[in-house]
Amino acid sequence: MTGRMQGKVVFVTGAARGQGRSHAVRLAEEGADIIAIDLCEDTPDVPYPLATKADLDETVDQVEALGRRIVARVADVRDFDAIASALKDGVDELDRLDAVVANVGINSPAPAHEITEEQWHTVIDIDLGGTWRTAKAAIPYLIDQGTGGSIVLTSSAAGLKGYANIAHYTAAKHAINGLMKTMAQELAEHHVRVNTVNPTQVDTPMIMNDPMYALFCPEAEHPTREDFAPVSLAMNALPIPWVESRDVSNSVLFLLSDESRYITGVALPVDAGVLIK
Amino acid sequence: MTGRVAGKVAFITGAARGQGRSHAVRLAEEGADIIAVDALKDIDTVTYPMASDEDMAETIRLVEATGRRIHSSHADVRDFESLRIALDAGVEQLGHVDIVSANAGILSFGSAEELSEETWAQMIDINLSGVWRTAKAAIPHLIRQGTGGSIILTASVAGLRSYAGVGHYVAAKHGVVGLMKTLAQELAEHHVRVNTVNPTQVDTPMVQHDDMYKLFSPDVENPTKDDFARASGETILYPVPWVESIDVSNAVLFLASEESRYITGVALPIDGGALIK
Repeated sequence: MTGRMQGKVVFVTGAARGQGRSHAVRLAEEGADIIAIDLCEDTPDVPYPLATKADLDETVDQVEALGRRIVARVADVRDFDAIASALKDGVDELDRLDAVVANVGINSPAPAHEITEEQWHTVIDIDLGGTWRTAKAAIPYLIDQGTGGSIVLTSSAAGLKGYANIAHYTAAKHAINGLMKTMAQELAEHHVRVNTVNPTQVDTPMIMNDPMYALFCPEAEHPTREDFAPVSLAMNALPIPWVESRDVSNSVLFLLSDESRYITGVALPVDAGVLIK
Repeated sequence: MTGRVAGKVAFITGAARGQGRSHAVRLAEEGADIIAVDALKDIDTVTYPMASDEDMAETIRLVEATGRRIHSSHADVRDFESLRIALDAGVEQLGHVDIVSANAGILSFGSAEELSEETWAQMIDINLSGVWRTAKAAIPHLIRQGTGGSIILTASVAGLRSYAGVGHYVAAKHGVVGLMKTLAQELAEHHVRVNTVNPTQVDTPMVQHDDMYKLFSPDVENPTKDDFARASGETILYPVPWVESIDVSNAVLFLASEESRYITGVALPIDGGALIK
């Protein structure tokens, strides 16, 4: 097998479903072994169901069905020790670490002046703090190994432009772009690259839920996915309502593979042209 | 045939050597047929030699060695009719065109106050207007075919930041980034994507010559390639003196393939972090 990630081990957070599962499977298709974590329970101030242990088990099954190895743990990116412990288990079993996808993210729509302290804190702590803690746990392995590496942080089109009614999310995602640039500077001498992917709406449970439909369709009484589609489509330049997780995964694959060996410090939109519309 | 651009046809300007040749060969390796053009004549405001017929013969040999077909012509991006005739003949032979790499470019030197009208005009005519003419020749085919497409314009880090001593080049490359965004808007409804690649210094004949060495090492009397490697490396965050053509080609391949099917309007640096240093 001569996959584009052959022989590499990748740490993926938020891997139980959505983009995270898609990344784990896509990278495994190209020969990577996976270290996966997910919270696997709901959390206060997030108004839609989060992934479950059964979801994480399904990711394990899908990676193993490809003939690759995976070490999966339940861990909260708000807890550095939990991340570090899961990562240690993974590296102990899989022998190395080459790449990181800091993918965990949540959202909780509300106008800026109605966001509670708890909502604000939860989004910043998970989306931004969790991304930093994920990198912090992984960087020592990458430096000590001395064979370089690639870190992809999941930002958003909301990391590059404003969106009404998700001020905390927009702030966190902009901050991830800043964090990426600083870490790219700090890690270049170790041949570790750091980039972001910046998707538009992706067809995942973080987007496809009633509070998000209500955010995008404020005029509709009980908006559905069908109501959301034309509104979402109108935001993109390409005539599509949203992108698929697989599209983000293909960009993650490009940024983690040696094909992008000299690309660092870059925010890569996977956004159907939302930024230039 | 299972390449990442299998069954597609790519139109590439400046294909006789350097990045253009590399793009042709990399895309052919992944299953594309090639329509190659190059001016193949020297330009009086440019101090290094342009590509030759022998160079184009080598590109043809390398593409054919992959088992793919290539249609090559003399065409000058300053002459729309020559581009149109070359592309139409290529489409006649190979059946269609799906990918456009507007790669032809030159480099000349002078501070803004020193630049002659002729040096300015040739730079803009080739590096900016030539990119527009390349797109203009290809767009009718892409729209008529109705099967979408991907246009990749070769900009530069100089399309996103300035460098002293090459104001005309910086202006042209910034212009290419702006043109890309407008083309992305205009062509989205036709499922045609438009992006730029923005390389730092690439190890090609456009870069590896005495005048470039002098630009980078103004205090050295007769700067050598080694002096340039040091000075060039200092502008790049990642510990490399420059990037290779293959690095740009891998980014072109990504943007040309269906893996990036929803990426449009994006400037993709291949710059070792030069922009964030």
